[in-house]
Amino acid sequence: MTDATRMDRREFVKVLGGGIVVVVTLPLDMILDPRVPARSQRQYPTDINAYLHIAEDGTITLYSGKVEMGQGIMTSLSQMAAEELGVTLDTVYIVMGDTESCPWDMGTFGSLTTRMFGPAVRTAAAQARLVLTDLAAEHFGVERDALTVENGVIYVRADRSRRVSYGELAKGKQLTHTVDERAVLRAAKDFTVVGGSPKRLDGHEKVTGAAKYAGDIRLPGMLYARILRPPAHGATLTRVDTSAARAMPGVTVVNQDGLVAVLAADPETAGKALGLVTAEFDVPGPTVDTESIFDHLVKAAPAPATPDEAGDLALGRRRSAKTFDVTYYNGYVAHAPMEPHTAVAEVKDGKATVWSSTQAPFSQQTNIAREIGFRADDVRVITPYVGGGFGGKVPGQQAVEAAQLAKITGKPVQVMWTRAEEFFYDTFRPAAVVKLVSGIDAAGKLLLWDYHVYGAGSRGSDVFYDVPNRTVKVYGEWRGGPDGYHPFAVGAWRAPAANTNRFAAEQQMDLMAAAAGIDPLAFRLKNTTDARMTAVLKAVADAYGWKPRVPPGKTGRGRGVACGIDADTYVALAADVTVDRATGAVTVDRVVCAQDMGVVVNPDGARMQMEGCIVMGLGYVFSEEVRFEGGNVLDANFDTYHLPRFSWVPRIETVFVKNDALPPTGGGEPAIINMGAVIANAVFDATGAHIRRLPMTPKRVLEALRKV
Amino acid sequence: MRETIRFTLNGRPVTLDTAADRTLLWVLRTDLDLTGTKYGCGEGVCGSCTVIVDGRIVRSCQATLGFVSGKDVTTIEGLAPDGKLHPVQEAFVEHGGYQCGYCTPGMIMSVYGLLLENPRASRDEILEGMEPNLCRCGAHTRIVRAIETAAAQMGGRND
Ligand code: FES
Ligand code: FES
Repeated sequence: MTDATRMDRREFVKVLGGGIVVVVTLPLDMILDPRVPARSQRQYPTDINAYLHIAEDGTITLYSGKVEMGQGIMTSLSQMAAEELGVTLDTVYIVMGDTESCPWDMGTFGSLTTRMFGPAVRTAAAQARLVLTDLAAEHFGVERDALTVENGVIYVRADRSRRVSYGELAKGKQLTHTVDERAVLRAAKDFTVVGGSPKRLDGHEKVTGAAKYAGDIRLPGMLYARILRPPAHGATLTRVDTSAARAMPGVTVVNQDGLVAVLAADPETAGKALGLVTAEFDVPGPTVDTESIFDHLVKAAPAPATPDEAGDLALGRRRSAKTFDVTYYNGYVAHAPMEPHTAVAEVKDGKATVWSSTQAPFSQQTNIAREIGFRADDVRVITPYVGGGFGGKVPGQQAVEAAQLAKITGKPVQVMWTRAEEFFYDTFRPAAVVKLVSGIDAAGKLLLWDYHVYGAGSRGSDVFYDVPNRTVKVYGEWRGGPDGYHPFAVGAWRAPAANTNRFAAEQQMDLMAAAAGIDPLAFRLKNTTDARMTAVLKAVADAYGWKPRVPPGKTGRGRGVACGIDADTYVALAADVTVDRATGAVTVDRVVCAQDMGVVVNPDGARMQMEGCIVMGLGYVFSEEVRFEGGNVLDANFDTYHLPRFSWVPRIETVFVKNDALPPTGGGEPAIINMGAVIANAVFDATGAHIRRLPMTPKRVLEALRKV
Repeated sequence: MRETIRFTLNGRPVTLDTAADRTLLWVLRTDLDLTGTKYGCGEGVCGSCTVIVDGRIVRSCQATLGFVSGKDVTTIEGLAPDGKLHPVQEAFVEHGGYQCGYCTPGMIMSVYGLLLENPRASRDEILEGMEPNLCRCGAHTRIVRAIETAAAQMGGRND
């Protein structure tokens, strides 16, 4: 961290002009990205995490480094501020993801926003209201208690003709107040239910096409770039000829430091020009492919981490009446947001401004600065609406490319990846293998849990069942592994690792339940004393109308249950499926989801996220698998890589387990983690077939049916 | 080869002096600055770029400028010309039929187009017509509710 990248707080507040500013500081471990060494993370300004500004004209603006990519936080954060301030929602403006005006933020992921920033925003707003009330008390010469606030106007309770608005109070002031971490933590503890579900603030813009995404930014003289790409990861460029492209009227060619690009006033001309570039690459021979990857992941595995270990595995094995030794697999999965990675960059007077579709504007600012040789201070990243992220829009290669090209050409440049580039450069959810040996006693109590996960990572592998003899070994995290472990980049994908881990663990639970002759729900309850887990399991059973029965029923229709913990949210799912034994096609008829997510800030927004998780989850369950030969990614568009469609969508019911004693926990990811297991368990109930590999394509279901 | 191409866009005449083989999607987004129509796949397999041409649903990434010459084109920007939302748009707002919103213009234009093609379309007929439209956020459940409301309001049979 250089001093140049820091801004003094006073200086920072000055930029806003007059009025009242409330800044919030949070403990470092709440805001720093645990995955990145702290020293390489900037703090800008040094210690502010959120702030609220009441301008002299009464305008209330909330600044947050978070971004809106569909989770609805623009609304939920504004809602919290409005409620605490005693103003209507439409009077609160929010600025998000702009590195120039927003406080530093590590990025929008991990379902952290409501959890960490909800309390911060609430406290800032409550503090602002206090400051304003004190000013009003002074103004009227009365005690604070004699006043009341309605819609941004403070009245003397005994004489309502004596009134003053927030704007009038802020006029001519230059006040800064700081709320420290203790106050925030206190607020998190007392976090009261907001509980309303206001219409989202971004609705009108999004249904009229007015909402601006990075690709919708237009600057005078802007050029559209297309970049020469290798045919496979690991390939090196040996020869390139750009002369034909160069000869096209209106086309600019860049060939510098390995970046070969063509630029034109419209994207199609750029595309045509790129077609005229001839190039040769050295492509390394493939060593792994879609099928052989699993052996490779086990053979080439790095030394494991052991997040959990207890008892004696050998003893557990000896004492078990029955043991179960199963291996589970899942392939690589793409993020495939509908908006491809896009950025528009302008370099002018030694400053770069980059509009980027990103989940992490501040880390992009650092990356761009490094790559184009600017000070971070001279790079501004602005985040318009983001068209879906799911963990895939963190790295920001496209923003660096746009900035480099803008610097080289001296013109504003847009880089919008094609769908093929999006599939090629995605940081996929890693392919993974789980080897699991478990055991139960004659009464169906768990005695053994010997869990080994390769490639996926640790999240979701924690054992919340009571197992005296257990170990969890994690070979490689989702952000990668040793060189060459994965043939291309991998990364966080909605609830990273948890989808893989729950698929294995929760299917194993049903396998054991069936062998013990116990209803799968009862089997889970029998093996956990965790009160929150027990509560969500009972809630899902209630909402579903669960009657005890031992699977498999083998009637062609089946039901399943699965549960887990993610982002401190407890979640349980129950589902009904119908299996067509002739084709292997599985239809999901109904999914019920119960969540304990602490205080529910915006129930409708939370339900929307749960529904989104369930529908998105159908993709990795049934069809999504990136096919490849070595570094050559074979899927390039939605004609071969199938996303969930309308006809796949089941009846979905969502219920909350009330837990207002707990501050809000994560909501954007938990419901997706059990989709693999809940469907596999239902397919087992319907047919007796065990699905060990995701996605469960009709072909794989047929294979599994043949083994029954 | 440049030529003069005329068509009606959101109720107004447009004249462009350009090549007829250019793709409608990019002409809308660049030359005409109508960025509501989105690129999602470029191959006609996601629906993000949906517009209406002479009353029919068209994927603008698969249509040339020559194809719309002399025709009547409506984009998402043309649905609420005087600021008053179309019932389909209203329904999307009311039911929260979007998350990130990137697929939303294409979704709305598709529902609008299906109701134009068959004003008495049932919910299920509309859903069948929506099958090619992709939404990665999984906003489907809310989009379905929006479709139910819009279909009922537009006089469709709601079964
Ligand atoms: S961009 Fe035209 S259908 Fe996908
Ligand atoms: S709302 Fe994000 S893709 Fe549909």
